Amino acid sequence: MSTHSILLATTTCVLLASAGIAAETPKLGTPIAPGAVEAWDISVEPDGVGLPPGSGTSKQGEAIYAAKCAGCHGEKGTGKPYDALVGGIGTLPAPQAPVRTVGSYWPYATTFFDYVRRAMPFNETKSLSNDELYALTAYVLHLNGIVGENDTMNAQTLPQVRMPNRDGFVPFKRGD
Amino acid sequence: MTSKMTSQSAARRSAGAAESVAGNGLLDRRIFLRSGAVFAAGITSGALTAPAAGAQALQIEPWMKTPGAPLSGYGQPSQYEAKVARILTPVPGQTQIGTSRTPLHLLEGTITPNGLHFERHHSGVPDINPDAHRFVIHGLVRQPLVFTLDALSRYPMHARTTFIECAGNGALLFQNAPVQQTVQQFQGLLSCAEWTGVRLADLLDEAGVDPKAQWLVAEGADAAGFSRSIPLAKATDDVLVALYQNGERLRPSNGYPMRLVVPGYEGNTHVKWLRRIKLTEGPAMTKDETSKYTITLNSGKSLQFVHPQECKSLITRPSHGLAMKEPGLCEISGIAWSGYGKIAKVEVSADGGRSYAPAMLQEPVLSKSLTRFRMLWRWNGGPATLQSRATDETGQVQPTRAAQIASRGSRTIYHWNAITSWGVSDKGEVKHVYA
Ligand code: HEC
Repeated sequence: MSTHSILLATTTCVLLASAGIAAETPKLGTPIAPGAVEAWDISVEPDGVGLPPGSGTSKQGEAIYAAKCAGCHGEKGTGKPYDALVGGIGTLPAPQAPVRTVGSYWPYATTFFDYVRRAMPFNETKSLSNDELYALTAYVLHLNGIVGENDTMNAQTLPQVRMPNRDGFVPFKRGD
Repeated sequence: MTSKMTSQSAARRSAGAAESVAGNGLLDRRIFLRSGAVFAAGITSGALTAPAAGAQALQIEPWMKTPGAPLSGYGQPSQYEAKVARILTPVPGQTQIGTSRTPLHLLEGTITPNGLHFERHHSGVPDINPDAHRFVIHGLVRQPLVFTLDALSRYPMHARTTFIECAGNGALLFQNAPVQQTVQQFQGLLSCAEWTGVRLADLLDEAGVDPKAQWLVAEGADAAGFSRSIPLAKATDDVLVALYQNGERLRPSNGYPMRLVVPGYEGNTHVKWLRRIKLTEGPAMTKDETSKYTITLNSGKSLQFVHPQECKSLITRPSHGLAMKEPGLCEISGIAWSGYGKIAKVEVSADGGRSYAPAMLQEPVLSKSLTRFRMLWRWNGGPATLQSRATDETGQVQPTRAAQIASRGSRTIYHWNAITSWGVSDKGEVKHVYA
């Protein structure tokens, strides 16, 4: 191969790799019906895609919280031993130390549902019913003064909740 | 003894004087060749005079006389190396979350042995039966697909040597006073391995990505269902579904039986115990890309999706806890890395940044990988402030501490990449200092 064609070959390889053009593979994935993925499909997107049926209010959430969450996140979400779930609204600009909680920091309420469903309570994850999850979400949002005590959270209302720090995030670009 | 030391160092000083490359004793490595020549001359003349005798007479040790241990199935380090271990910093009251840290100051080269790779888990290490493990690709695709480990093991393999660094590595450096800890304690959430597996681009192509998809959400099979969103452009560029770590199957604490490797990106995007990828139009805004792993600036706004681990370096020897033995010639050794590409240059200073000289980079220098650098130093026994400053191939220069804090504030724990300084005292103690 001449130096020229070696160079050319190298460039072609680099291009293939960086453009992500797929190579020849044995294609051993097994097709699965979308319905068969359901039990695993627990992602909730900010526009509400992925939220299941069901509903709950803050009133209903209070008792569930006391039984299943308060031991680790404090009475009424005040924290200790683990993250506080309430408070801190208005503390994000300097000079004070920012208090980042669900109420003061999280841009989307859907994230609370997504996260608690997948990861809480810590020692028994994926154990709460959809109604319990909506009720807990309503309760913690209410403790933060974001929704009313009798507001119902469900697949339609939750994505519409406007979080105080909704506009507080800037996607990073190099040089920031 | 004293007079011998003096004459030797006098000889070295005269050989090295012309080779000084920066202040306070930094030398050109090529001095080794020249002093080698001096040494050879010394042997010839040594034949004429009585050689000096400092070392004790050599002994026959017990292991030289009887057969050693039998063969073993899986080798372990020497019993004398027990201190080369990870240290655990769990979240109080919880051993399943928190971190274990790599003893960077006790390692050489660029590859982290598998048992020493740092760990950060959000709900312990799952004990996954590889035959029962499934990995699904779904969402905005033509055909949702499930893969077994067996199936993926039959694909063409791609290998990538790359570092993984937790976004929170160096968090304590945002504090007002320099912490007195080892490199392992405050920068040990960094490791580097050769990862081998299947290109995610190939698997996505097999499922047929809908043109509407711009992102994907990756999720682990651990109890926390750990999940992060990754731009599709990155996923089809250089991301692997890794099955092997330094030649053997992944360790459970590093994602057995499969994990994402997302070269250059912050650690937790390299989702371990990978069970699911969902193609989406936008990011899912998971807890670990909103509540955590975002950088709150002084303005009150927060930077989100700070994916690349930026250009950084660190002197690992000498460093806190590794005191200088005695004045004379020694090697300054460290590591440099950048999530943007290859390391182009590492400069070292022994006078707190007043003067710098380029260090030697150990070959091969790989993109988004650890690069070992070395610099020759004659410590004169006086105070010194050691620093290293890396530049990557895209021109990013590692910032000073002041510059980093000026641009991002100090009310975060993420993405510390500024210059670290070691203060060497006239007694040879090494302390972490802000300089
Ligand atoms: C046994 C202790 C424990 C219990 C019980 C528990 N949590 Fe948690 N929670 C944790 C830990 C530990 C974390 C941090 C996890 C991590 O590191 O990712 C956490 C994190 C969270 C977070 C994220 C906080 C933030 O600001 O990022 C939320 C929200 C949360 N828990 C909600 C709940 C709810 C709701 C319940 C009750 C259903 C609950 N937790 C029960 C231990 C617990």
